[in-house]
Amino acid sequence: MTRKQRRLLMIGSGLGVLALAAGLVLNALSDSIVFFNSPTDVIEKHIATGTRIRLGGMVKDGSLVRGDDLRISFTITDGANEIPVSYRGIVPDLFREGQGVIAEGRVEPGRTFRADSVLAKHDENYMPREVADALKKQGRWQEGEGKGHGGAAAAGAAR
Amino acid sequence: MIAEIGHYALVLALALALFQAVVPLVGARLGDLTLMQTAPATALAQFAFVALSFAALVACYVTSDFSVANVYENSHSLMPLIYKMTSVWGNHEGSMLLWVLILALFGAAVAVFGRNLPDALRADALAVQAWIATAFYLFILLTSNPFLRLADAPFEGRDLNPILQDIGLAVHPPLLYLGYVGFSIAFSFAAAALIEGRLDAAWARWVRPWTLAAWMALTLGIAMGSYWAYYELGWGGWWFWDPVENASLMPWLAGTALLHSAVVMEKREALKVWTVLLAILAFSLSLIGTFLVRSGVLTSVHTFASDPSRGVFILAILVVFIGGSLMLYAWRAPLLKQGGLFAPISREGALVFNNLFLTTACATVFVGTLYPLALEALTGEKISVGAPFFNLTFIPLFVPILMAMPIGPLLSWKRGDLYAAAQRLIAAAALALIGVAATFALMGVKAVLAPFGIGLALFVMAGALTDIVERAALRSVGPAIAARRALGLPRSAWGTAFAHFGLGVTLLGVVCETTWNSERIVAMKPGEATSVAGYELTFDGLLPRTGPNFREVVARFTVRQGGTPVAVLEPSKRTFSARTMTTTEAALLTRGASQLYVSLGDSNPDGSLAARIYYKPLVLLIWLGAVVMVLGGALSLSDRRLRIGAPKRARAVPAAPLPAE
Repeated sequence: MTRKQRRLLMIGSGLGVLALAAGLVLNALSDSIVFFNSPTDVIEKHIATGTRIRLGGMVKDGSLVRGDDLRISFTITDGANEIPVSYRGIVPDLFREGQGVIAEGRVEPGRTFRADSVLAKHDENYMPREVADALKKQGRWQEGEGKGHGGAAAAGAAR
Repeated sequence: MIAEIGHYALVLALALALFQAVVPLVGARLGDLTLMQTAPATALAQFAFVALSFAALVACYVTSDFSVANVYENSHSLMPLIYKMTSVWGNHEGSMLLWVLILALFGAAVAVFGRNLPDALRADALAVQAWIATAFYLFILLTSNPFLRLADAPFEGRDLNPILQDIGLAVHPPLLYLGYVGFSIAFSFAAAALIEGRLDAAWARWVRPWTLAAWMALTLGIAMGSYWAYYELGWGGWWFWDPVENASLMPWLAGTALLHSAVVMEKREALKVWTVLLAILAFSLSLIGTFLVRSGVLTSVHTFASDPSRGVFILAILVVFIGGSLMLYAWRAPLLKQGGLFAPISREGALVFNNLFLTTACATVFVGTLYPLALEALTGEKISVGAPFFNLTFIPLFVPILMAMPIGPLLSWKRGDLYAAAQRLIAAAALALIGVAATFALMGVKAVLAPFGIGLALFVMAGALTDIVERAALRSVGPAIAARRALGLPRSAWGTAFAHFGLGVTLLGVVCETTWNSERIVAMKPGEATSVAGYELTFDGLLPRTGPNFREVVARFTVRQGGTPVAVLEPSKRTFSARTMTTTEAALLTRGASQLYVSLGDSNPDGSLAARIYYKPLVLLIWLGAVVMVLGGALSLSDRRLRIGAPKRARAVPAAPLPAE
């Protein structure tokens, strides 16, 4: 086998593997990514029932209800709109009313939301970035809000 | 005063780095030996000053000097000493200082162990190393100075993020940085070789030990981080395909590919151009990893204290170093001479196969990690790319590597015999098939893919052993002589076997844990019991406890198996007063390689307590496999042909072709 043939073979198999990878990536991107939405997005974009999304915002004060068998319900708000969320399971340590939260799950009929996972940040200073952006869009976020002393960190979250 | 000394030492290190970035390079161009030889001395001095600077910051932490803003924000006088020391790198500024400390350490190591290197190559490599150092010193001094003072020194610090108050922080970041930054050596040598326009087998022999050492640290660092997340976050997960995890996985994949292609280059002088590109890519991905974690562009379960205003600076560093090195590559790589020929079916061919799939797998991780950022920048649409994406892309690309892994070492250089290799693997393949059948028989057909995963893991492990057995010619000479022969094999052969075996062990753990873990989320009142995977857990009650800087509520669980008590588990909820923050401390019961995992949720109004109880079969194999891989790396590193500082023979006969094994 000549050098040229060998090189062609290597380039050919390289391209083949790349094409395979590209196919896998495109296939995976078409059905395994999850879009982030604020309550306002859900209402304005008329997101269809059953769509899997990430819903982010603040846990509305006074909305958290704990039921039997680890069921909880709360309301996620971005200031302008709100959506009731139900969840069964254990919420993160930093989940509490008035704090930023991201819930992943499906939109249910009547603009409610059933979450199968609930995420909160691991530090009291930080707001999930998507949440901060969503709140900013609603004019509910001021630079430096929600920070303790770590000004840089909170501003970072508010980017 | 100590903080000012630290700050000043860092400025001096910057000055030395600037000198080292220019003078040796000029010396190498002019052929002036005196100028070239300034490089090792400045590299050592630079390390001394960075070490002094780092020591100063440690001293500020140990003495709880809250007039230093960084100490105030991340420490507390009541914290145990070990955490006071580890919180030095539990924040952005300190971790960047650790980054440059390790960078300078590697520079100093090249200066000390690289006495046998050609003068020009060493001068060039250390100069490139100094460019990197200069960029990061500037970054620290201009945007992330850890020595800033507060005008009014507070009485007490704000405490370290409680999640970081764990022994994991002592080990994980330094190991990870040793890995990240260790690839800078391969990068600097690649750049130096491109500047020199000369690249030979000896180059690969110098670069490989450094890459191997970095790879070992990174492997251990990733495994350690994974275990830490597993027990600290309380979700029982060990890999989330989180951007920050991906940021460490990408350099690992590129570094693994580099290790393998460097073998081809060392033994056969082939794949030169490719190896240099991989060396550049591995470090570039390390830089991108640093950028992703440190700049705040990502939201992640693991990032702590990030700030995008610094992102622009790191982005500039990225553009300069990645762009610059790739331009240098495009300009100079065509000068490099072509190496030896080989047939597609050969050891070289197998290693090319490995490289092809490793880099492609790395590319899919790259796409999955950065696509959300790109999409948001372009359309404003926010998406999350999670585990399903990576399961659909990474796994199909990794399976061929695993299937080919036992075959590669059995092929000979230049032209291999696939049929003969397959014949030698009959025993391994038979074992794998038995594994598949046995798993189906024992576990049923509910999880169809899992038995094949187990079969693949067994094939990889048995295949790794086959290589040793074949080399020792066990079948023809009998066990006694074969054992002696096996011990006499080059350590690098043992290294390969261990590393490949370790990957099989990890795979076995991954398959078992993901397929057969049991999870129960329950609300329990004192006295109630629940059972999971044959273990019965009785919730005895809650008791309060006080730690040095926290209060905790401990829940006692008595674990019984078949009626007999086997252990008492005490998961807890800790409340750290300084930050009024609560963390969950999981309790683990290890049974063989499997674990029972209990973590607590909230208390409910009716007096019951929420708890997550997992049984994770063979979960420890995931990390044990990584340890075996690192052991393989260590064996390979101790091979005398590769020993750092040993290439004396190589200088006597440059590019001496080693006898093919």
